[in-house]
Amino acid sequence: MNAGLPSAADGEALRTRLELEAESAGYHLNPDLEFTRSLTHGLLVNEGRYGYRACPCRLATGDAARDRDIVCPCDYRDADLLDWGGCFCGLYVSADIQEGKTSLASVPERRPPAAERTMAPDAPRLGRALSLPVWRCRVCGYLCARQRPPAVCPICKATSDRFEAFA
Amino acid sequence: MEAIGRVPGRVVGSHRTKFYGLSTCVWCKKARQLLEELGAEFDYVYVDLVEGKDREAVLAELTRLGRGETFPTLVIDGSDCIVGFKPDEIRRALGS
Repeated sequence: MNAGLPSAADGEALRTRLELEAESAGYHLNPDLEFTRSLTHGLLVNEGRYGYRACPCRLATGDAARDRDIVCPCDYRDADLLDWGGCFCGLYVSADIQEGKTSLASVPERRPPAAERTMAPDAPRLGRALSLPVWRCRVCGYLCARQRPPAVCPICKATSDRFEAFA
Repeated sequence: MEAIGRVPGRVVGSHRTKFYGLSTCVWCKKARQLLEELGAEFDYVYVDLVEGKDREAVLAELTRLGRGETFPTLVIDGSDCIVGFKPDEIRRALGS
């Protein structure tokens, strides 16, 4: 299925990079290094298999459009951080968990079953005319008014395909 | 890592346990470690490592149990499902 698995060092390199990105945007990686390295290694395994970093704790189909909502960071991360203090796989955690004040338990799956998943709306919802369309990052909620979404979300680094037309 | 297999376990005459997991998932790793620590006999399948018709068949098993594609899922004695890594529930269900 793969041509060469990523090494443990590759997993650690990605963990380090994601930690820097997370901290610069107000997010936190799980402080359990062994746990987190295992997850970043899983992300690289999935990148080798599918061409994108699908959540290591969810079953990807290999169809990029169907898997888009579970490409890390997933569309469900921020809601899970609020409700459970961690995302579904446990890579991202709240400040309280990062600081060891509370611990992370199993997070229930909030991703709807395939039949109930809604794709990004592609038409503006507001009745009145705006001078520019408004785009929303499905990962972190960042909004911007411009002709096209940015190539990379300046807040959470999600790619432009994770943006939906918001208004 | 084998996609499908059986761990013989050390506990004789115990429960029939089936483990559905993903090879990349850290919670699945923890669940399997716990089963091994408890000495449970179990069948396992790593769903991300099976493809095509075989994967469809495994997913149909989970659907029959009323479960979605959430891992790890443990099925004990054919009906009792534990979804997610819940060590207390796993210990209780396996009677240890």
